[in-house]
Amino acid sequence: MLAFLIQRVLQAIFVMFVVALISFSLFHYVGDPVLNMLGQEATEADRAALRAQLGLDQPVVVQFWQFVVNAAQFEFGISYRSARPVTDLIMERLPATLELAIISAIFAVVMGIVLGIYTAIQRGSWLSKFIMTASLIGVSLPTFLIGILLIYLFAVELGWLPAFGRGQTVRLGDWWTTGLLTTSGLRSLILPAITLGLFQLTLIMRLVRAEMLEVLRTDYIKFARARGLSKRVVNLRHALKNTLIPVITIIGLQLGTIIAFAIITETVFQWPGVGALFITAVRFVDIPVMAAYLMMIALVFVVINLVVDLLYYAVDPRLRVQGGAK
Amino acid sequence: MSQQPKPSESAAVAAPIAPKRPSRLRTFLDSDIVYSWQRQPVVILATLVTLTMFAGALFAPWIAPQNPFDPRQLELIDAFTPPLTTSDFTGNFYLLGSDSQGRDVFSAILYGSRISLLVGFAAVLFALALGTALGLMAGFRGGWRDALIMRIADVQLTFPSILMALLIFGVIRGFLPRSMHAEVAIIVLIIAIGLSDWVQYARAVRGATMVEKGKEYVQAARVIGLPDHRILFQHILPNVLRPVLVIGTIGLALAIIAEATLSFLGVGMPATQPSLGTLIRVGQDYMFSGEWWILLFPGVALLLLALSVNLLGDWLRDVLNPKLR
Amino acid sequence: MSSTPSSAEPGAVEQAPDDRNAAAASHPPDGGREPVLCVRHLRVEFPTRHATLVALDDVSFDIAPGEVLGVVGESGAGKSMTGNAVIRLLEPPGHIAGGEVRLAGRRIDDLAEEDFVPLRGRHIGMIFQDPLTSLNPLFSIGDQLVETIRAHLPMNEKQARERALALLREVGIPAPETRLDSYPHQFSGGMRQRVVIALALAAEPELIIADEPTTALDVSVQAQILALLKRVCAERGAAVMLVTHDMGVIAETADRVAVMYAGRLIEIGPVNEVIRRPQHPYSEGLMASIPGLAERRERLYQIEGAMPRLAAIPAGCAFNPRCPHAAERCRTERPELLPAGAGQAACWLHDPENPVARREAPQDTQEATR
Repeated sequence: MLAFLIQRVLQAIFVMFVVALISFSLFHYVGDPVLNMLGQEATEADRAALRAQLGLDQPVVVQFWQFVVNAAQFEFGISYRSARPVTDLIMERLPATLELAIISAIFAVVMGIVLGIYTAIQRGSWLSKFIMTASLIGVSLPTFLIGILLIYLFAVELGWLPAFGRGQTVRLGDWWTTGLLTTSGLRSLILPAITLGLFQLTLIMRLVRAEMLEVLRTDYIKFARARGLSKRVVNLRHALKNTLIPVITIIGLQLGTIIAFAIITETVFQWPGVGALFITAVRFVDIPVMAAYLMMIALVFVVINLVVDLLYYAVDPRLRVQGGAK
Repeated sequence: MSQQPKPSESAAVAAPIAPKRPSRLRTFLDSDIVYSWQRQPVVILATLVTLTMFAGALFAPWIAPQNPFDPRQLELIDAFTPPLTTSDFTGNFYLLGSDSQGRDVFSAILYGSRISLLVGFAAVLFALALGTALGLMAGFRGGWRDALIMRIADVQLTFPSILMALLIFGVIRGFLPRSMHAEVAIIVLIIAIGLSDWVQYARAVRGATMVEKGKEYVQAARVIGLPDHRILFQHILPNVLRPVLVIGTIGLALAIIAEATLSFLGVGMPATQPSLGTLIRVGQDYMFSGEWWILLFPGVALLLLALSVNLLGDWLRDVLNPKLR
Repeated sequence: MSSTPSSAEPGAVEQAPDDRNAAAASHPPDGGREPVLCVRHLRVEFPTRHATLVALDDVSFDIAPGEVLGVVGESGAGKSMTGNAVIRLLEPPGHIAGGEVRLAGRRIDDLAEEDFVPLRGRHIGMIFQDPLTSLNPLFSIGDQLVETIRAHLPMNEKQARERALALLREVGIPAPETRLDSYPHQFSGGMRQRVVIALALAAEPELIIADEPTTALDVSVQAQILALLKRVCAERGAAVMLVTHDMGVIAETADRVAVMYAGRLIEIGPVNEVIRRPQHPYSEGLMASIPGLAERRERLYQIEGAMPRLAAIPAGCAFNPRCPHAAERCRTERPELLPAGAGQAACWLHDPENPVARREAPQDTQEATR
């Protein structure tokens, strides 16, 4: 168990190191940061001064080390575009993205598992077939198109829900703003959350369905039925537990992609989150913001991966015992 | 049932005498594909839609009433003409209406899907070539090359490909002077999407190569001293192409969607050379003001293209990969 | 290994079915005990996209209380299918398309699924081939026993646990108290099959269907498991339908044996009779091909050809293309089960009015051609 954990943590550190290296290379080699920050009119002296201030006159290894130390303290320098600390920019917008991502994830996981089980158990019913066909359309369509369709239908035509923005927000503590406590905030969340969650939902659903069908074919399920256990017990106790083990991994990884896919949803709904910040950064080659975003996403993924591994351990007795024996 | 003996038969025949296989395989595939195709009306429909859109894209210069990329052909005075209307000013007929620049939406869709398909195909080919080459090298040579390639693949797989594409796009842009951005957008897009997608091909090819490498005929070829490149290209490559093809069929749909998404996000094709994604981004502004056609028709076009290519890809994957059935 | 006690036992039970068979094996014994299981003209079909395959065709047999009926045949002959059809666990699209199944006189093949569920485990227990895959790896064996017991018997958690312990003790799991919370992967194959037997017996069913219960086990463990199965069933008076391709297992364990071929039952009779004096030409070949059973000879006998696929069963007797005695009638008219020897055989050789003639020395000519 401990050996396994240490191995996974080392792996996580390796991934973070590689991502840090990429981020640093971006910063260091793409364009000239000094030129970017000072513009064409600055004097040579100004540039040299800034160069020294940023530590750009140091050897590359020292600079990289400085970069890592700063990153560990959430210091990513100054945005080329808005001339403000990148950390401030991200922190301002992080709550919006996290709330959107978490609500979408819950929506996707709950609905995905429920629909996946339903379509596996009721394989022949017309509702299952309808859900499967609809899900194929869901997987095939680009997220932004789904968002636009939803806006067109529910905001423009029906006028039920707001088309963009985050609604009214409430400040909690020092830096967290939430839209979950106001009606307009909640109403604003519905369409983006569905848009962002839909793709993951269909994916999770199809995965749960495929996995469940596989499990339903196994001998132990047949034996459970031969023992006279009710359909409900066989499906929801035996089959479901075995289904969820491989599904956990993929769901975990999918949750990571939700944060990345938030970029698209935030653009469609003009949602004031970090994804929209990143897109602006890509458009204007704002390297510090890109680097910081990359590091942030990598951290999210690495943490999710670790949690998934631990969960896996908790659910499967075979792993537990093997680990204990070692 | 009746098809089952066939693959094993052909494999049994092909294994000892090295590949006289493709033709045999193809005849087998063809019959199976045709059979499955005829049985699925949805697939037939998807094929028709795909072919129509491919033809429309290919022959756009001859079909489209206007070249939407040529500013001189745009009649600003005809801006916001509704669909099925003949302009009072110029006498031009606008089948699907016109946009704020007086651009004919129908022509824009034809030229836009041309770009979408071009980027899609080129990106898939790029990813396929890169992934196959790296996969072959990793699988055949092994050692540090294998370790290096697979570690890079692992790290890249940690991130969704759309994020990779965005990042690569941003980085390439960073190296180019700003004035060039619009000109080379299409090439940058192809590289970005291709680079974000090579891992799957590399993994599949590496796996298949390692399986193939262990087989007797390859061992035999090595023993008689055939040079590595001949073994690779004549013996191993034909055998690993099947999984590559399977991934590629789905990859095309994904690449088209990726291009549309990037263009929609404003980091793909510029508004002067719009792809479908760009058209939708531009059209979104008019959603609330009543000029619905500027958004709707490109949206429907992308929807049809993505859906039918995806359906076809899904179906092809199932046919090419009997194990999954 | 334990051949002495088990070969003694069938001798004792043999008498009853023997008499009945001599009279009319396909009818319930009059006056005596009603059969636990009574299968009549059972037909199972698998509709495929090309044609409807008939996996079981007109299968009829009885099993008396406490009796062990062995069902043998090559793979694909329909042995397992028969067991699955009785407990109604056919893989879709397979389904019962005709005939009837009676359990203790009550017709069960036409019950709705929800009415059938309580029968499984309570009245019909089943044991599958592979103990490694029969147990859910994510639940402790105690959990699986308790849930089975509580599904059928009115017991609380504590009573069910007590019963689970007793069952494990009965099937010979050492120190069951310490093993109740273990997971399946912590047991050896033989131990797992013991657990599976305990699970199948948990609610005292009258009929146990054992589908190749020892095939996946080490040879050294096989005899132990068979002896155990026979003992616990005998103690409870449960009837057993023992499906296997292993004639050795049948010879040791069964009272009567049913031979299947291409989805049809072609011979049924007392085990010693069928082994010593098989009545159907296929059974003859089958017995002659078994090392332990055939008299010493240079090489083992082999039946020419292979069993037909379900999609291509010939008209008339399914065995006719391979049968050394096949006559014109065998190619057109399908034989019913006819009295033959001490049992019954579906072969025109035994037609009481107009039997087909035997051809001499079929085995020698067969061997000569090889």
